[in-house]
Amino acid sequence: MFEELHANRTVQLGLGLVMGIAFGFFLQTGGVTDYNIIIAQLLLTDFTVVKVMLSAVLVGMIGVYLMKGRGMVRLHTKTGSVGSTVVGGLIFGAGFAILGYCPGTVAGAVGQGALDALFGGVVGILLGTGIYAAIYPALQKRVLGLGTFSSDTIPAMLHVNPWAVLLPLAVLILALFWVLESLGL
Amino acid sequence: MDMTPYLAGIGIGVLSWITFLLSDKPLGCSTAYAQTFGMIEHRIRGAASLEKPYWKKVKPVIEWQWMLVVGVVIGSFIAATLSGEFGLLWVPSTFGAAFGESVSLRLIVALIGGVLMGIGARWAGGCTSGHGISGALQLAVASWIAVICFFVAGIATAMVMYGVLSP
Repeated sequence: MFEELHANRTVQLGLGLVMGIAFGFFLQTGGVTDYNIIIAQLLLTDFTVVKVMLSAVLVGMIGVYLMKGRGMVRLHTKTGSVGSTVVGGLIFGAGFAILGYCPGTVAGAVGQGALDALFGGVVGILLGTGIYAAIYPALQKRVLGLGTFSSDTIPAMLHVNPWAVLLPLAVLILALFWVLESLGL
Repeated sequence: MDMTPYLAGIGIGVLSWITFLLSDKPLGCSTAYAQTFGMIEHRIRGAASLEKPYWKKVKPVIEWQWMLVVGVVIGSFIAATLSGEFGLLWVPSTFGAAFGESVSLRLIVALIGGVLMGIGARWAGGCTSGHGISGALQLAVASWIAVICFFVAGIATAMVMYGVLSP
């Protein structure tokens, strides 16, 4: 659906900007552009980040899979591996705690006036991506392909209908919210 | 019970329907930083820089996601201004309380964290939005594993930094 729209570069740049404004608005309103909130999540004293992320996943997955079932959208998943997903993910996590923002929320933090996010975070992430580009050929040769995952999606891995994963997952997320609210977190 | 984080998350979930439908793209942020670095490198080193294999994989140009990240700055500015939360800040209060109010210390720590995160995001093929929200909602195996690794390493590092755990 909307293939002509997808191919129109100028319109897509404008849509990207408008969607980004909405994304930034929600991130800031949700509180996750604040260093204190992110660190409190990683210290497990506040669960705002988990609440924002998992409500987005809950609502997003139902809509995206409903539309996919009707041929309105296609998925964009990447094949992961131990060498790429796990190693990179652990490096990312360490950086996440040291910086106290992630690549999306650091942009939101800049928007609400956090100068450490701008002069430390954004500059650091730019340098990090540059370093990665420089070491990429060596990583590609030796590390990224190690332990490639056999499937791209959980339903494909389990050989089941997506809704057999989606519905139990939705129940689990709601149960987690209930537990968090019961504990006052 | 504070509903705000849930409502913000629902907003992001609905937004992800719209990005898939109208732009055929998942929400994600970290590629835009790589593209920015690539564009700067291109400006400085000229066409030779484009021979790097990574810039053949990730084209250093302004596209949808780059505009998305610019939009995030603007959207957050609008929300912060409306709620009266906008304010220039060098040292976040939690950091200041634990490590002192030195601006240079905070900037050095943020820079180190940023470098690690930039490397890690590209290494893992996504960040907290690309894997943690968009990939997770597509039920992607790599994304669920990535987000677990983000939080395992993030929780361990934060707990060591703030002295909850000693290494």
